[in-house]
Amino acid sequence: MKIAVLSGKGGTGKTAIAANLAAVCDASMYVDCDVEAPNGNLLFTSSIQKTEPVYVKIPVIDAPQCNGCRACTEFCRFNALAFVSGNVMVFREICHSCGGCVLVCPTKAIAETRQEVGSIAYGTSKNIHVISGAMHIGIASGIPIIKELWNVIEAASEPVFIDCPPGSACSVMESMQHAEYCVLVAEPTVFGTDNLKMVHELVKLFQKPYGVVLNKCLKNEWNPAKEYCVQEGIPILCELPFDQKLAEIQSNGGLVVRKAKQYKNCFSELLKSIEKEVRHAAAVDS
Amino acid sequence: MKIGVPIDMPSTDEPVSSTFGRSKKFLIYDTDSKETRYIDNLAMNSQGGAGIKAAQVILDAGVDVLLTPQCGENAAKVLHESHVTLFQTTSGSAQYNIDQFLQGKLLKSGDFHGGYHGRQGEGGRHI
Repeated sequence: MKIAVLSGKGGTGKTAIAANLAAVCDASMYVDCDVEAPNGNLLFTSSIQKTEPVYVKIPVIDAPQCNGCRACTEFCRFNALAFVSGNVMVFREICHSCGGCVLVCPTKAIAETRQEVGSIAYGTSKNIHVISGAMHIGIASGIPIIKELWNVIEAASEPVFIDCPPGSACSVMESMQHAEYCVLVAEPTVFGTDNLKMVHELVKLFQKPYGVVLNKCLKNEWNPAKEYCVQEGIPILCELPFDQKLAEIQSNGGLVVRKAKQYKNCFSELLKSIEKEVRHAAAVDS
Repeated sequence: MKIGVPIDMPSTDEPVSSTFGRSKKFLIYDTDSKETRYIDNLAMNSQGGAGIKAAQVILDAGVDVLLTPQCGENAAKVLHESHVTLFQTTSGSAQYNIDQFLQGKLLKSGDFHGGYHGRQGEGGRHI
């Protein structure tokens, strides 16, 4: 079971929900795909067992071998190569590591070198595998790290909860496109609802089964996110209250399901609803 | 000497395009022959790296001096490497800026912005 947790805006509670869902399972994996600002590991008292670097391949030009035909600069759809004063210039941060330039070079003047773009930390917290991707400072794209994280996710046999980056851009798509089910987390604000609409569009585009967790709900107050869900017929998985206790536990780096019984029950119920939805989606699919 | 100016419509009376990498065309003025021609900016619809490709178009056209309101860091690297000099345009038409340049009234560009790559479209991160 591979569950992606996403939201249109940051700070809605993706990490809290993904981490606490992982914590109510008997055995599970939590994967932080928010590689620009991974912070899920703060909620687990996890010990990092190993950290592995992530590399991408970058072309290097053997200038004496180059005949200036420009096959490579014309091939590169990302314009990562330019032909300047008789030499090929490589823009590392624009390169998407497709390897196409190497293939099209008729004189074999292009080889590849590897560049470290980030790392993946592997830890455990009780029976949860805590996997966290992080980009190096100055690197333009986190996609290669998310791709590598997905190799780990695919290999897992236990339920996996994927903490996606905020928004609905490339890095989010990379994080959720192979998930079996998407949990959208929404805040009861107009801004939060607008962002919910964006991720709602995204999950529809990818034809994923999905449901919404309404977070930070205020009693007897207008909730535009709920209104949107009702209007669009989006399944509401649960409503979490705007609760100071929850915030305090989180701020001290704790998981609410380990510190407050009511939340343990709440997240267990949420997990059950998700499992039911996933089974239902699988049945519809087959 | 060949002068290049990013422009969106093929006329010397048109204002200079507000963007270099994604302008529609480039006006090329040859000070020796006094001829003006317009070339397409092949980078206009690029997914990424538009500045780099636009700079390639400029240097392939044999431009010596580029008059532009702004230019990304990567494009500037390409242009600098090929000894194209950059001057900052002011508001007004392409012709006005060419005249200003010929009278020595435009400033050499020194400050380039760092480009947009990875800084837009990231959803809520930068709001």
